[in-house]
Amino acid sequence: MKILIAGGGKIGASLTEQLTNEGHELTVIDCDSDVLENLIGRYDVIGVTGNAASMSVLETAGVKDADLFIAATDMDEVNMLACMTAHGMNSNLTTIGRIRNPEYRSQAFEMRDIFGLTMAVNPEQRAAREIARLLRFPGFLSIDTFAKGYVEIVELKVDGKNPLRNNPLSKLQDIIHTQVLVCAVQRNGETIMPDGNFIIRENDLLFITAATDHLTTLLKNLGIITKKARRVVIAGGGRISYYLVKELEGTGIDCTIVENNPARCRELAEMLPDATIVEGDASSQEFLDMEGVGASDAVVTLTGLDELNIVISLYANTRNVSQVITKLSHAENNKILGSLELGSIISPKELASFAIVRYVRAMQNQQGSAVAVHRLGGGRIEAIEFIAEKDTRHLGEKLKDIHTRNNVLIVSILRGDKLEIPSGNSCIKKGDSVVIVTNSDVHINQLNDIFGD
Amino acid sequence: MRYAMNYKQIGKIIAFILILEAVFMVPAWGISLLYHEANAAFAFLKSQLIVLVAAGILLAITRDAKHNFYAKEGLVTTGFTWIALSLFGALPFWISREIPSYVDAVFETVSGFTTTGSSILTNVEAMDHGLLYWRSFSHWVGGMGVLVFLMAIVPLAGKNEGFTLHILRAESPGPSVGKLVPRMRQTAKILYLIYVVLTVLDVVFLLLGGMSLFDSICHAFGTAGTGGFGVKADSFASYSPYLQNVTTVFMLLFGVNFSCYYLLLLKRVKEVLRDEELHLYVIIVVVSILLITWNISGLYTTIGESLRHAAFQVATVISTTGYATTDFDLWPSFSKSILLFLMLSGACAGSTGGGIKVARLLLLMKSLRRNFHAVLHPSEIRKVRVNGVPVDEKVMNNVNGYLIAYVAIITFSFLLISLDGFSMETNFSAIMATFNNIGPGFAAVGPTCNFSAYSTLSKIVMIFDMLAGRLEILPILVFFSKSTWKKN
Repeated sequence: MKILIAGGGKIGASLTEQLTNEGHELTVIDCDSDVLENLIGRYDVIGVTGNAASMSVLETAGVKDADLFIAATDMDEVNMLACMTAHGMNSNLTTIGRIRNPEYRSQAFEMRDIFGLTMAVNPEQRAAREIARLLRFPGFLSIDTFAKGYVEIVELKVDGKNPLRNNPLSKLQDIIHTQVLVCAVQRNGETIMPDGNFIIRENDLLFITAATDHLTTLLKNLGIITKKARRVVIAGGGRISYYLVKELEGTGIDCTIVENNPARCRELAEMLPDATIVEGDASSQEFLDMEGVGASDAVVTLTGLDELNIVISLYANTRNVSQVITKLSHAENNKILGSLELGSIISPKELASFAIVRYVRAMQNQQGSAVAVHRLGGGRIEAIEFIAEKDTRHLGEKLKDIHTRNNVLIVSILRGDKLEIPSGNSCIKKGDSVVIVTNSDVHINQLNDIFGD
Repeated sequence: MRYAMNYKQIGKIIAFILILEAVFMVPAWGISLLYHEANAAFAFLKSQLIVLVAAGILLAITRDAKHNFYAKEGLVTTGFTWIALSLFGALPFWISREIPSYVDAVFETVSGFTTTGSSILTNVEAMDHGLLYWRSFSHWVGGMGVLVFLMAIVPLAGKNEGFTLHILRAESPGPSVGKLVPRMRQTAKILYLIYVVLTVLDVVFLLLGGMSLFDSICHAFGTAGTGGFGVKADSFASYSPYLQNVTTVFMLLFGVNFSCYYLLLLKRVKEVLRDEELHLYVIIVVVSILLITWNISGLYTTIGESLRHAAFQVATVISTTGYATTDFDLWPSFSKSILLFLMLSGACAGSTGGGIKVARLLLLMKSLRRNFHAVLHPSEIRKVRVNGVPVDEKVMNNVNGYLIAYVAIITFSFLLISLDGFSMETNFSAIMATFNNIGPGFAAVGPTCNFSAYSTLSKIVMIFDMLAGRLEILPILVFFSKSTWKKN
C-alpha cells in the first residue's frame, strides 16, 4: 500500500520502521529537514519537507494516489486539519489521526465524517486503558490479549516465594493445576524458548499463555495475592493520569495524583472530582512518604521525564509497594533497564503505533497474513496471531509429527469458541485462530513460514 | 562516530558486483566468437573465471555479514566497488595482450567505467570487436551506475534498506540526490528503464542513418553514458551529417537530469519546463553554439557546416562525452576557451555526464549574488532558492566544499603530471578532460591524439582523477581518511 505519514517524531519513526518492513511504500512528511534526513537514511522511504496540513505539500507527497494517510504530528489541530485536507483531495483515502487532547475526543469521533477521519488514535488513552487492565490483575507485568479475547500471554517475574522456582517446566501442571504454557523465558536479558527440562530459577521472567478464564486460578495457585489494588498513587498529572482516573472511575480504586504545577492541579481537581489531587514534587522522597506511598497498593509513574519515572518507581519498590507501573517514552527498549525493578513498563508511543499497524494489517487483509502481532519482553519476543486458511500446510496432522522451525512455538489454537493450549496430539484445522511465539531473529510473515520443511 | 566499519557487508556487495561483471562479460565473449576472434574470446573466458573465483572467495569470507550499514559504509562501498570493477574489468585487455601494460589496461577501463573516454590506444580500429564492445559497454553501465543497477535487480539487505540511499548519493552525480519513489529498488528500476529506452531510441536513429549494427550499439553506449569511446580513429568525423546531428541531440538529452524524464512520464510537463537548472543548461548550450559558430565561420565552407560542428562539439563537451567531428584543437582561442568553460560546467545533476554540474553552478552563482547583496544590505536575511524552494544551508555548504576539493585536486594533479614535460596546455586540459570525465583535451591530448605518451605515474594520477570525478570526490577521498582504515 502507498502510505503517507505526517510527522517523523516518536510515533512516526516507530511506524516508519514497522510499515516499511512489512513492504509498504512510505512517504514521510515533516517540517524539520534534519528529522527527515535521519529517517530516510535509516529506512527505505522518501521524505517531503513542509507542513502536512498544506495542500501543496500533500500534493507533492502524492496524496492523490495514496491509500492511507497517518497524521502523527505533535499537534492535534494540525493532525485534524491534515486529515481533512488529505481526505478532501482524495476521497478514497483512509486517514488515521493522532488526537490526544481530551477536549477534542468526542468531536473526533462524532464528527469524523466532517474531519475525514477514519480512525482517531489516542496514545495516552490507550496507555491509561493498559494501565487500568494491569491494575486489575496485580502480579502480571504485562498482559497481551489474542484471539478475540480468549487467550492471554502474561508476563510474570519469579520471586523468592514463587512455588515454580527450581522446578522443571514438565512439573508445571502439578503445581498450577490448570492448562498453561510457558512460551518464553527471559534470563539476564537473554530470551530462551524453553523445553520440558528447563528449570525455572529465581528472577526469571516467564511469558505464560493461558485462557482468559484461567488467569485468576493461575495467580491463586502461584500464591500471588489476587487482592485488587485499593489505593493507587499516580506521580505526574499529565493526560495519561487524567485518562487513567477516568478509566478507574467506579472500580472502587482510590487515586491520588501528585503534580507540582499548581495551575494544572486546579485544572485536574475541576475535571476529576473523585480523585485526590496533591500539589507537590513527586521527585522528593520525603514528600512521597508523607503522601503514604508505602501504604498504597500500586504506584504509577507518569511524569514527563523518563529519568524521574525510573527514580520514583525504584523508590516505590524499596517501600514494598506491591505493584509498580512505569511509563517510559524514550528508553522502553533499553537493555540496561531490564535489570532494574521498574515493575511493568508502559510505552504510549509503542501502544499507539501497534494499534495503527494492526489497523493497517486489517485493512490489507491479505490471505494468510497476520491478524495481530504483539511484541513482548522489550521487543525481543513476538507473538503473532494467524487464521489457518485452506492452503495452510499440515492441516489436520498431529503437532508431534510436524517439524516446526527452531525458536517457533505454537502456543494456542482457538476453534470456534473452544480454546486449546496445544500438546503433541493437537492439530490445526482450517479456520482455527493460531497464536505462535517466536524470538525476533526469526521473521514470520504467514502461517506457512513456521514449518521447518 | 566510533564504530567498527562493517567490512563484511561491504565485501558482500562487492562480491555481488563482481558476479554482475562476469555476467556483463558474456555478450562481449559472444561478440568475440561471432567475429571469430578466438584470442579475445579466451581472454574474456579467463577473466570471467578469475572474477568469479574472486567473488566466490569474497562471498565465503563474508557469509556472516551483519546488516548495520551507514553513510560511511555507503561511501566506502561505492569507492571500493568502482576500484574492484576497474581492476577486474581491465583483465580482458591485458590477458588478450591487446593492451600489454596492466596500468594502461586499467587506465582504459577506468576511462570506460567513469565515462571519460580518454584512451591510450594508438590505433582503435585494430582492436578486436569483443574488446571494443566491452569498452563501450563499460561506458553504458558506468553512466547510470553499476550499484544502481545492482539495486534494481536484487534487494541488498532485506530489511532496513535505508542505507541504499547513501549508495545512490555516492554513485549518482549532483548536489542533492534523492529517490523518485519511496522504494529504492523501484527508483533504480525507473532510472534504468528511462536509460534503456533512450539508448534503444539512439540505436534505432543511428541504424536509420545507415550505420552498422555493431557501430550503432557501441556509439549509442558511448552517447548514453556520455563516455566517448568510439570504434574509429577519427571518432565521428567520417560519419554522415545526419548521424552527427542525431548524436548531437542524444548527447544533449543524456546530459539532462533524469528526474525530468520521470516527471515527463508522469505528465508533469510544467515542472520540467520551470526547472531552473534545465533553463541554464539550455541557455549555456545555445549561447555557446552561436558564439562558436560565429567564431569559426571562416574555417568551414558554409554556415550550416560551422553550425553543425559547433553544435556537435558543444554537445560533446558539455555532456562530457568526448566524441569529435573535427579537430577542435585547430579552432581559434576564443572557441577553445568556451569549450574549456563547458568542460568545467559539465552536464546537469542526475544525468550521466560529469563536470561540476549545472546545478552546482546555479547554486554558486546564486550564493555569490547573495554574498554581494549581503555587503550592501548587511542585516537582510536571504535564502537561496531553486525552483522557488529554499535550498538547505547544508547543501550550500556541501557545494562550496565540493568546489574547494575540486580546485585542490585539479591543482595537485596538474603539478604531478607536469613532471612529464608536456606543455602547460596539454597538461591542464588532460587533467580537466579526465577529472571532468570528458575524454580528449587540447594540444598533445587533443581529439586526434591520445594519452599513451604519459608516464605510469601520470596515468595513475589520472586514473584517480577519473574515479574522483565520476564519483564526485568524496567516495574516493574517504580512502585517505584514517577512520576508514581503523580496525576497531
